[in-house]
Amino acid sequence: MLVMRLFEEKVEKLFSDGVIRGTTHPATGQEAVAVGVCSVLKKGDYITSTHRGHGHFIARGGDPRRIMAEIFGKVTGYSRGRGGSQFMADYRLGFLGGNGITGGSIPIATGTALSAKIKNTGKIAVCFFGDGASNQGTFHESLNLAGLWKLPVVYVCENNLYAMSTHVDKAIPIPHIADRAASYGIPGVVVDGNDLLAVREVMQAACIRARSGAGPTLVECKTYRHSGHSRGDQRIYRSREEEALWLTRAPIRRFRAVLIKRGALNQENDRRLRREARAIVTEAVRFAKQSPDPDPATLEEGVFA
Amino acid sequence: MRTISYTEALREALQEEMTINPDVFLMGEDIGIYGGAFGVTRGLLDKFGAERVRDTPISEQGFVGASIGAALAGSRPVVEIMFMDFITLAVDQMVNQAAKLHYVLGKQARCPMVLRTVGGGGRCYGPTHSQSLEAWFTHVPGLKVVAPSTPADAKGLLKAAIRDDNPVIFMEHKLLYGCRGEVSGDPDTVIPLGKARIARAGTDVTLIAWSWMSAEAGRAAEDLSTQGISAEVIDLRSLIPLDIDTIIASVKKTHRVLIVQESCRTGGFGAEISARISETVFDYLDAPLLRLATPDIPLSASPSLERAAMPDRSRIFEAARKLVEG
Repeated sequence: MLVMRLFEEKVEKLFSDGVIRGTTHPATGQEAVAVGVCSVLKKGDYITSTHRGHGHFIARGGDPRRIMAEIFGKVTGYSRGRGGSQFMADYRLGFLGGNGITGGSIPIATGTALSAKIKNTGKIAVCFFGDGASNQGTFHESLNLAGLWKLPVVYVCENNLYAMSTHVDKAIPIPHIADRAASYGIPGVVVDGNDLLAVREVMQAACIRARSGAGPTLVECKTYRHSGHSRGDQRIYRSREEEALWLTRAPIRRFRAVLIKRGALNQENDRRLRREARAIVTEAVRFAKQSPDPDPATLEEGVFA
Repeated sequence: MRTISYTEALREALQEEMTINPDVFLMGEDIGIYGGAFGVTRGLLDKFGAERVRDTPISEQGFVGASIGAALAGSRPVVEIMFMDFITLAVDQMVNQAAKLHYVLGKQARCPMVLRTVGGGGRCYGPTHSQSLEAWFTHVPGLKVVAPSTPADAKGLLKAAIRDDNPVIFMEHKLLYGCRGEVSGDPDTVIPLGKARIARAGTDVTLIAWSWMSAEAGRAAEDLSTQGISAEVIDLRSLIPLDIDTIIASVKKTHRVLIVQESCRTGGFGAEISARISETVFDYLDAPLLRLATPDIPLSASPSLERAAMPDRSRIFEAARKLVEG
């Protein structure tokens, strides 16, 4: 969670300094969802991510250096600079990539689960998406298929309250996205997405259900992105008071308190962990900066397999 | 060799590939007990079961996207979109997902899926069940586009499409389903994508077409021969990859070109062929390139209006005759 947080803060800084170009969607404040979900998965399970996917990738074991290099557009990046922030993957980790289309990955995750079921591989799929994507046709069509066919998939909705600037209350006429699961005959669970252990617990149950052949679950993680939607977002659609309130609920702070209370963390190893996390991010930036650009001569290579 | 229909040829291709490779499975609306709206998958449910011949809800975006996911996970799905017109509902998944995965993610991402669908008019199905939308997909790098016109090609090309590691749009034609022809019964007979077929050799004019228009061009060429005009008919078979070499060789021989496309004129694939010829062998042309196409209108349901819109044997004959006789 610390690496994710520092990574995203560094990316934001590099963007505002003009060091890197394009776009990026930081997941600052949503760390407990990514880590809680990925912590219960097995090797070989599939994950599809979103436009806000750096954290998912890091939580799944992606190399921060190659993620940063991809954001820099360098050839050492996961997509050799071809995908950028929203489009990188490592299939060996089962991480099938982010997605530039809101809701675009939901049927794809569903399809990996379908294949796993037909081939009887025992793998499951986890599909991250946001509150905004739950209004897309892909969401409803996919949950319908998965409910119908009892596919081994867990749909993880990160409800961070805003689809860009649009508050969920202006976009969804019911209080909980999880309630949409009822239409597809599957369980819908609401969980505090800023509580790492709560996310883990809910995900453990959902994964057991998926692996047992009982079918999908829709997990709605209530959370908040501390940053703007993307670079250049001045956050004029929400109040500073609201942001301050959510800062008090920030997931890293909360989990640290739990660890201190349990005696698993003290000032000394807390400082050490932070130092290590900072070093990982510093190294990622160093690696990205020193990596070469892709060779324009390769531009037309690899359109087809 | 035995003679079977285009529909039977497609079914044989599916059946053979499903038998050879357990990763191949089918998905689509009413493809199970009903056998598909045009009967292509009839009987396959009994042979392979509901797990591999999978009826779906009416949910094109959902099941096309699911086929992409399944392909990425090692399956080889073949999905059926009942009418090509309905492909609009799944375009995002094909264009923004399937087409881009390999280029961006490299060797790790392979998307071996086939989207079978049926285009074309001639059945008075009206504006939303008669379109030929293949040109859209030729404009998307990463997709292959195939449109067979004979039973032999239907089988051989579908088998090649299923074995291909890329997403393939496989366009069938309503008017071709009943056509019969000689087809190999050998499961190893595969026709490679990207190789055009010279359906008829000739010296005076080159007719370039695909799908139903290729069949009509063949008939027009027969009519032309009675007038002493020797027409060469090139059936492209696949639009992407495009066999430009066969086209160029023919132009160098005949010096006249008529491109026939069923879809509306503007932005059609005929324009691309025309441009490619102009760029490469313009000096060989003895007359301006001609295109026959449906005018830029939605197709009507009325038989008389539909007939008035679509290129056909007699229009191809007339256009080619004028081109040769000047």
